[in-house]
Amino acid sequence: MVDHRAGPVGKPTQQGVVKPTLQDIDTYTDTRDYLRHSREHAETHGYIDWTIVDMDAHHVESISWKEIVRFIDDPVLRDQAERFHSERVGSPPYGLVGDFGLRYQDVGGRIPHQSDQREKIDPAKGVHRDVVLTRRAMEGLACAYMVVFPTSMLFLGMHPQAQMEVALGNAYNRWVQQTLLSDDNGIIALAYLPFNTPDEACKVVEEFANNDRVVGFTVTSTRYKPVHSNEYMRLYRMIEESGKPICFHAGYHWQDPSLATIPTFLGMHSLGFVWCNMVHMTNWILQGIPERFPKMKSLWVESGLAWLPFLMQRLDDQFLMRQSEAPALKMPPSEYMRRNCWYSSQPMERSNIKATELTFEMINAETQLLWSSDWPHFDFDTPRVIYDLPFLNENQKRNILGRNAQQLFNLPDRPAAKA
Amino acid sequence: MTEHAIGNLDEFIDGEKELLSVGGIDIGVFRLDGEFHAWKNVCPHQGGPVCQGRIFKRVIDNLGPDKQQHGRAYDESQLHIVCPWHGAEFNIRTGIHAGIPELSLDPVEVFVRGEKVYVRVD
Repeated sequence: MVDHRAGPVGKPTQQGVVKPTLQDIDTYTDTRDYLRHSREHAETHGYIDWTIVDMDAHHVESISWKEIVRFIDDPVLRDQAERFHSERVGSPPYGLVGDFGLRYQDVGGRIPHQSDQREKIDPAKGVHRDVVLTRRAMEGLACAYMVVFPTSMLFLGMHPQAQMEVALGNAYNRWVQQTLLSDDNGIIALAYLPFNTPDEACKVVEEFANNDRVVGFTVTSTRYKPVHSNEYMRLYRMIEESGKPICFHAGYHWQDPSLATIPTFLGMHSLGFVWCNMVHMTNWILQGIPERFPKMKSLWVESGLAWLPFLMQRLDDQFLMRQSEAPALKMPPSEYMRRNCWYSSQPMERSNIKATELTFEMINAETQLLWSSDWPHFDFDTPRVIYDLPFLNENQKRNILGRNAQQLFNLPDRPAAKA
Repeated sequence: MTEHAIGNLDEFIDGEKELLSVGGIDIGVFRLDGEFHAWKNVCPHQGGPVCQGRIFKRVIDNLGPDKQQHGRAYDESQLHIVCPWHGAEFNIRTGIHAGIPELSLDPVEVFVRGEKVYVRVD
């Protein structure tokens, strides 16, 4: 073990005994130490040499919000935001919605990396904190590429002021471009679409369609706009023509009236992170978006996989009896879901391995599934959740851990990161 | 199995743990009510460094005689080691997951001889 922190170095005390080489893990633990077991598993089993792409990891953009608001176009909003951050005490990030006091993801301190990452970063090197942390996570997870998403902004689709989603989303996109994507470091991103304002979303596609490091466009799924609304057709045409995927990144929303009956984060999160994408997928398929834009690739992120067999069967069952309500479809809904849609794997349910295997078969995982970690969130997955699956051959594992994402995002082979 | 002395009895504080590498294997040694328990530092969930996590008391429902719930409480007699990767909780005495009996930690034999504590590992 390489000890990245200042502290006692182990000394042999008895034959074969070293004490204390291991340290308790806390919020100050270096990400590489935190993820050491994952890196070692990749080295031991040889997949460290594969090009592994993490389709969904996160940074905590609210920590850098003071920097991000400087990228707001509107001079009045920008001035207000800067004054807010320089003078107002005890306030959350300017303009962001989200239940900042209800962040129970760390299970009461049981999962320290979800609480905070206070590890030592050398400011003299001039590399942004989020780049350093991401690169360390890439090393720990043996990744060549990592797609980085925001965290608090997953709530931005619920903002009561649509113009703020535009202003903050655009500021974030430009900040990402100038920080996370400023170097050839394997970090890639998808541009945030201010989806509640379709014309503005189209401008984002225009701005980033030819940026190689921006590999697609993100809709944060926690929102109540129907994805089949006619006002989105121009946007979908532009995305289809860009050749890049549209991504629906799930989130939770505890204020949703049905979820508000649930008293624990466990129950709310279990449903919330799936429910939004189930609703959008239902509209996406039944309203015939894949028929209207057959070359557009949609990517469904962070809802796990267990919802897919349910929704495939449910929609197929109802479609058989009510075809006249989905006249655009030329085949059962499940066929669109396995041909036109891609999926990220995390949090991958596998308590019943037969169900997991059947799910892989139903969604044609060999070509449609992309491994994702969701690091540094509490339910992150390491690459071994795919590597250890007994029903996959090596080619299938390579596809899911990297090649499918390489094809979708047009990424060349690349060695695993070393921070 | 090779026997390794890992320290003097008085070096182990009751209710706490020691993290060690013994014969190339990372383990956690726990002392509870004078008894020793040792587990490999690998979580059966995803291979996380379970013994490097924090120790918590077991959480229980605080139910009244009428089965109404009145919040939560701690079971002071049950201590868990919690994997820092994902929060999986294991009873320190038995190594068994707090809610899924089929899931358990990999044990390491630990014993006291005289004033010294020993483990046996492969």
